[in-house]
Amino acid sequence: MSPLMMVRRIGFYVVIAVLMAFFAVPMLWLASAPFDSKPGLGLRWPDWTLDNVKTTFEHPYALASLWNSLVICVVATAITATFAALAAYALSRVRIPGRDLMLYVLLLLSSVVTGTAAMVPIFVMMFQLGLINSQFGTALVIAGGMLPAAIFILKDFVDSVPRSYEESARVFGASPFQVLTHVVLPVARPGIATILVWAFVNAWGNFLLPFLLIREVGKQPGAVLLRTLQDEGGSANLTVIPVFSLLYSIPVVVLYVLVNKRYGFRFHGGIKS
Amino acid sequence: MRRRAALVAVTAMTMVLSGCLGQPQNADTARNADAKEVTLTITGNAVAGGKNSAKAAWMTDWVIPRFVEEQKRKGVTATVRFDGNGAGDEDYKTKIALDLKTGGGADIMAIDGIWIGEFAGGKQIKSLDEIVGRSKVDAWEGWKQIPQAVQSVGVFENQRYGVPDGTDGRVLFYNKKLFAQAGLPADWQPRSWDELLSAGEALKRLPGVTPIQLNAGTAMGEATTMQGLLPLLAGTGKPLLTNGKWQGATSNLKDVLGLYQRVYGGGGLGDPLLQQEAKGRDKSFAQFAEHKIGILMESDYLWRAVLEPTKGAVKMADRDSSVGWAMIPAQRPGSGVRGQDFVSMSGGALNLINSNTKYPAQAWEFLQFMNSADAVKARLGGAAQITQRTDVNNEVLAGDPMLSFVAQKVLPLTEYRPGVANYTRVSSALQQATADVVSGKTAQDALNAYQEALKKIVGENEIVSG
Amino acid sequence: MGFVAPALLLIAVFLIFPALWTIYIGLTNYELTGPNAVAPQLVGIDNFVNALNDALFQNSLWLTALFVLGSAVIGQNILGFVLAWTLRKAKPGLRRTVESLVLLAWILPSTVVAYLWFAVLDRDGGTLNSLLGSEGTAWLVEYPMLSLIVFNTWRGTAFSMLLYSSALAAVPPSQLETARVVGASGWQTVRDIVFPHIRGHVLTNTLLISLWTANDFSPFLLTAGGPNHASETLPVFIYRQALEGGQLGYASAISLLLLLANLVVAAVYLWLLRRKS
Repeated sequence: MSPLMMVRRIGFYVVIAVLMAFFAVPMLWLASAPFDSKPGLGLRWPDWTLDNVKTTFEHPYALASLWNSLVICVVATAITATFAALAAYALSRVRIPGRDLMLYVLLLLSSVVTGTAAMVPIFVMMFQLGLINSQFGTALVIAGGMLPAAIFILKDFVDSVPRSYEESARVFGASPFQVLTHVVLPVARPGIATILVWAFVNAWGNFLLPFLLIREVGKQPGAVLLRTLQDEGGSANLTVIPVFSLLYSIPVVVLYVLVNKRYGFRFHGGIKS
Repeated sequence: MRRRAALVAVTAMTMVLSGCLGQPQNADTARNADAKEVTLTITGNAVAGGKNSAKAAWMTDWVIPRFVEEQKRKGVTATVRFDGNGAGDEDYKTKIALDLKTGGGADIMAIDGIWIGEFAGGKQIKSLDEIVGRSKVDAWEGWKQIPQAVQSVGVFENQRYGVPDGTDGRVLFYNKKLFAQAGLPADWQPRSWDELLSAGEALKRLPGVTPIQLNAGTAMGEATTMQGLLPLLAGTGKPLLTNGKWQGATSNLKDVLGLYQRVYGGGGLGDPLLQQEAKGRDKSFAQFAEHKIGILMESDYLWRAVLEPTKGAVKMADRDSSVGWAMIPAQRPGSGVRGQDFVSMSGGALNLINSNTKYPAQAWEFLQFMNSADAVKARLGGAAQITQRTDVNNEVLAGDPMLSFVAQKVLPLTEYRPGVANYTRVSSALQQATADVVSGKTAQDALNAYQEALKKIVGENEIVSG
Repeated sequence: MGFVAPALLLIAVFLIFPALWTIYIGLTNYELTGPNAVAPQLVGIDNFVNALNDALFQNSLWLTALFVLGSAVIGQNILGFVLAWTLRKAKPGLRRTVESLVLLAWILPSTVVAYLWFAVLDRDGGTLNSLLGSEGTAWLVEYPMLSLIVFNTWRGTAFSMLLYSSALAAVPPSQLETARVVGASGWQTVRDIVFPHIRGHVLTNTLLISLWTANDFSPFLLTAGGPNHASETLPVFIYRQALEGGQLGYASAISLLLLLANLVVAAVYLWLLRRKS
């Protein structure tokens, strides 16, 4: 090994080590604070205890709120992924004038609706539709906001599926739906996996919509609960927050690990235009 | 397809905007008064295991079951639900406003007294007299137990909008241990701003100690206005709003901002960075509990809920021996509002009846029930707090010297915020003025910027300056 | 066409309709409470004129541009590419570990992430201060925008990294080999061989992360726009106007201005893309 290569090799590991530290250091809090007898907003070697865990499990809404999060996010994610896949396929295969423009306009409008200013229209509309206090309704609104970006990303994946595959399927008499489910989707699987995780993560963190649209505390998701873990004057309740943060992070991590294991979490050939 | 969707959307929008929104309101105060089946929903910014946990628990475990029981004896089946929230005040207020806008929402709502003006100004809420009927409201014996000053928390333009939920008072908390080290008296009571500042100078000599914490800046929100600017302003003799005119660039406000400048302008009396941190107020509590702050202007909430040694948010084991309290002095003796030597500010929440309720009579019964002496006592669960009822206060405050002090010495001379629609926006402008001073502007520059902001909010004709 | 219908229906009801309505509210003096909540009046373009003259809005617009430029266009883009480039030849185990860490930063819920970064940037006991020995530095107060930019780079790099990883896989290995043989430096290889191949990726990536960053609300969780508006990006400004000020007409108008700013970014992107082909 020449000295130059040695230097390069060392340089490579230094770069990797620095990058790893940059990404890992902030997460240490999640490992220490939940098990510290006096958790604070700083990082320190914990004075180990499981009391915080116990307190969190005894919290009247903590575990239920995670379940609610799951319900809302699974519905929102399923709708987003299914509808986006269908739409992305159709938009990728059919030539409509102004198709790309339409997608961009929708993408831009989604930024208005996911912002704070749209809360009055959304609230009033949901009230008129009788969807206040409905987890399903809340999931629909969340899905509506995510769809344009999901279609945008998925369309690139579908664009990369060779048309010759579909043509041969059609020769054998497959219906458009069969072509979609048996030919296109399997090829676009990593793209769908990406959308699943992306949509789930986005829905998982949404605070304002569920807070405004859902009445009963017992139906509120974890994102809302995490903001209510305070005392009377608004001080953060640091016995419960770290443990709950940890619990609240687990589902997204599990989803990522599962999807990654099964489909490979990569943008194979997707998104290029 | 898309065009049609857009058409539908536009039509629906026009319908909604042109007033087909919400439900027709029934103004009959006696509607459903004889119903055998009653459904009531109560809401408040309290949730079990979170914000105001004890209140939520009291609601679901004490008030509601006993109320249902009482109704049952009358042959009425009542279904009562408490919808808790635990959000920031602004988020909660938004939710309430959206509810009222659509004509829905809980039958009984808890709101901060300071919001009445805004909601009533937009006719989003109505007075108890309109909803329940004057004679019925007057007939409640409980009013006699609620002092006039406390009742005013729920009053707007001489109309009662709800039943107040207790009150509080602002004082100067100080750390007796640090005072002893700095050679200051254990029973300290400053009589002017200068005496406050000179105590700060003495404390400055102690290493690692911030002498004075005077809430400032926008990150602390209303805590800046209530526990900082307004008590000081009251000490200059002129409240924020007099005869419908707001204080603009007045000499009074300039003096107040001048005091901020003396504390935060580099003299080392206060910690300007703390005022700008997102969680600055939480930190000020923690530092006070750790004997790192000498003097802290706060509500009695600090004593009973934050530093409380067993259940507090920041438990201070030696609270009873280390923490002292004093009244907030006017700028100079006798210079305060009404010529007072000492001043304070108070606030409070109230429970009101949503005018959209189907059961106004029963909602009023519930409101009386939850404000009965027994209910109020049960809510305290042995802890001390200044409630709305004099009879309960006489009983529970006796064991707590700090809260008795507030009830006896502070409440008689306290001030309430102007309960008008523009208050919240003026308050933000005031917070901004203190933020400007903390970040290095002079008091005069901050004052000018405030005057400009105020003009935009209330209009030039509503301002007094000079 | 039937495949698009469900998505379009949902988008029409839950996206286009509220968005148009929001734009309409932007033309009124609608407020959350008070008299203007009951009978809002059309005020035309007053809100827009006020916004353009509002020093706080100008401040927010500038901060948003800074935030997007610093954390998305530069931070996430470059760090994402560096990660993809360095890791492409790394051992699979190492590569997976690093990628997982980067992805974890991306998928953790933002409220949790906010707490993590409080712990890093805290004035007393914060990790950064103990690492640098800079006790007592309140990063979020003294360097709010820098903190937010570093934070958002940390938070969002995963997307760029994934995208560039797959893009790099599409660069013909033979060309890279040729570059190595003629002794081109790493930078020359990237500039002359890799970049022309992934130009489209770079643009798409930049567009998406720019839009997401411009509309990102997490700065609110860390600094709440403070100190004294020094980190008040547009989404935070809108939130504070709408929820804390109740000025819904004004907030809606600003949402529309934010949309227009996004539109400019997208148009530049489309123009660059066209120029390529």
